[in-house]
Amino acid sequence: MTNSATGPLLDVRDLTVTFTRRGGPDTRAVDGVSFQVSPGQTLGLVGESGSGKSVTSLAVMGLLPRRSVSVEGHVYFDGDDLLTLPRDRMRDIRGRDMAMVFQDPMTSLNPVVPIGVQVTEVFERHQDMTGEAARKAAAELLDRVGIPDPGRRLKEYPHQLSGGMRQRALIAMALACRPRVLIADEPTTALDVTIQAQILELLKDLVQDTGAALIMITHDLGVVAGLCDTVHVMYAGRVVESAGRRELFAEPRHPYTGGLLASVPRLDAPRGAPLQPIPGSPTDVLSWPDGCAFAPRCPNRIDACTGAPPPLEAIGGRTLRCVNPLPTAEEVPA
Amino acid sequence: MTEAPAEQGRRRRSIDPTDALLTVDDLQVHFPIRRGILVERQVGAVKAVDGVDLTIPRGSTVGLVGESGCGKSTFGRALLRLVEPTGGSVHFDGTDLLALDDEQMRRMRRQMQMVFQDPMASLDPRQDVESVLTEPLRAHRIEGDHRARARELLDLVGLPATALSRYPHEFSGGQRQRIGIARAIALEPQLIVADEPVSALDVSIQAQVVNLLEELQDRLGLTYLVIAHDLAVVRHIADVVAVMYLGGLVEQAASDELYAAPLHPYTKALMSAVPIPDPEVEDTRQRILLAGDLPSPAAPPPGCRFHTRCPFRQETRCDDERPQLRSVATRPPSHRVACHWAEDIDAGRIQPRASAVVEPDAS
Repeated sequence: MTNSATGPLLDVRDLTVTFTRRGGPDTRAVDGVSFQVSPGQTLGLVGESGSGKSVTSLAVMGLLPRRSVSVEGHVYFDGDDLLTLPRDRMRDIRGRDMAMVFQDPMTSLNPVVPIGVQVTEVFERHQDMTGEAARKAAAELLDRVGIPDPGRRLKEYPHQLSGGMRQRALIAMALACRPRVLIADEPTTALDVTIQAQILELLKDLVQDTGAALIMITHDLGVVAGLCDTVHVMYAGRVVESAGRRELFAEPRHPYTGGLLASVPRLDAPRGAPLQPIPGSPTDVLSWPDGCAFAPRCPNRIDACTGAPPPLEAIGGRTLRCVNPLPTAEEVPA
Repeated sequence: MTEAPAEQGRRRRSIDPTDALLTVDDLQVHFPIRRGILVERQVGAVKAVDGVDLTIPRGSTVGLVGESGCGKSTFGRALLRLVEPTGGSVHFDGTDLLALDDEQMRRMRRQMQMVFQDPMASLDPRQDVESVLTEPLRAHRIEGDHRARARELLDLVGLPATALSRYPHEFSGGQRQRIGIARAIALEPQLIVADEPVSALDVSIQAQVVNLLEELQDRLGLTYLVIAHDLAVVRHIADVVAVMYLGGLVEQAASDELYAAPLHPYTKALMSAVPIPDPEVEDTRQRILLAGDLPSPAAPPPGCRFHTRCPFRQETRCDDERPQLRSVATRPPSHRVACHWAEDIDAGRIQPRASAVVEPDAS
């Protein structure tokens, strides 16, 4: 968090992902998303199911299927636009320079292959290590992510490990080649809170030790508050607000951000008052060309919200996509 | 919804803690582990629930929290005898549930209903909402206009009457959970056991369902047992919270009391692990990290179940003597904890191992 910025390492510009379907309308899952991450920085992508946060990460990693998906925009990494790179170049970058950790460790590990083989595979593929050297490196790696008795664990199958261990093994695989960008897609959602705390602490240390850039995708505002430097809030495929975490939590400007923060019960808040839910559900959206997608659920809706899509504007250190934002502290009459 | 008195900061219920609707005493649910092909021998048991005492006062909400595998769901099911307890007793409104035969138990369930975690999995996809809501009425041979009752139920949970002819897949997750709740209250039960009622829902929807549960409690006088892993939700909804670890309760107290000053090392660790959506808080608080994972309930550690991961473990007693839930002199008698060293830990005479404590970043 203290690294001085040396320019963004990953620069995503105007990323748009459209799923096409024969005989049906196209679905725009991600619409004009832009963000930058620098080494040693942690960026949070926050949103509910269907907000496009996971599709964004898959598009950045080049993991979306080619058929019936169209990806537009630019993903600059180290001067290259990843979206135009040939497949084999992309395959070299993926796993070596950029790695990803998924939500459910059971479905992202091969159940019939021992952990050891799956971890050493990364070394063999990217670093031309073989046999004993790769095994030794794998054991060291498991040790580093806090798996006790790594020698024995390497011989075991995924089902023999607990959920937290599996997630650690996945993180170990992602870290094998000391990637410069790590994308973690809900890495702790399937885990218990005490295990989540262990994993978050591990990720925090890794960013500090290796100077990697971390993109944290989550729906949990608490995780964001503790981990991320900057936060991008997504709704229906677009970033609706982005800011440094302190500014965002201290003073949410987009009604959706404000609504989310008001609707989650806090462990440290006194009981009694009912929660303030956001009405409707994330499926009640307006298509963006007709106006702001959040308008059907928005308490601040005015006429200008429907008709034209709200532009993304930079206001005082943050970007905001809203024509009638929540007032700032100075604007609120005392 | 409009006729409900709009009280500021609800929770004006008067609860008599001695008027127990449900009393659980030393409840055990052990699942046998069998080996052998021709002759099956029992070689052990998974002690999912191992000696739990709990009292639920009429009209109150008791929250049961714990991590996956601690036995909280099995406990909830055992109360309704959806899994058979292997020991202990459950008294509901004075009736000994474990002494009832199947038919008597079936009738008894009219008084006690369940709300499940995943509303999609607990609703039949080929059954329309009217059929979902009237099935309990038919099963219990309730006379009267079932369709009118179904409409009334939908209104109670905030869904339009037009929902009657629709199917579960036509609803969003939050709406489906409302249908699940409507089904649970169809028979006017006294007790509802809600097992992770909001954890499958989107963040912005969770609050709607939590508010609905509270509103229904106020209107219908329901008693809840809410089982959840999300401590913030439980703190919000429950009057009394019980913390479960590996088949047993480790601490129980009034919600505010427990969150303000947890006594048990496990509760302390659990609370310090919950991220709070506020950077100022996140940057300044101390965390207690637990090492390792939950031990297997088939071979629970001797002595205190938690001693293998406890950052406050002492040389004596912890390893070989199982602590009982007891009250502590410095706290109200309703605050009970199962730790030999609770007083010393509370007074600061015993400190956690330094390796388990994560101080806030100095950035």
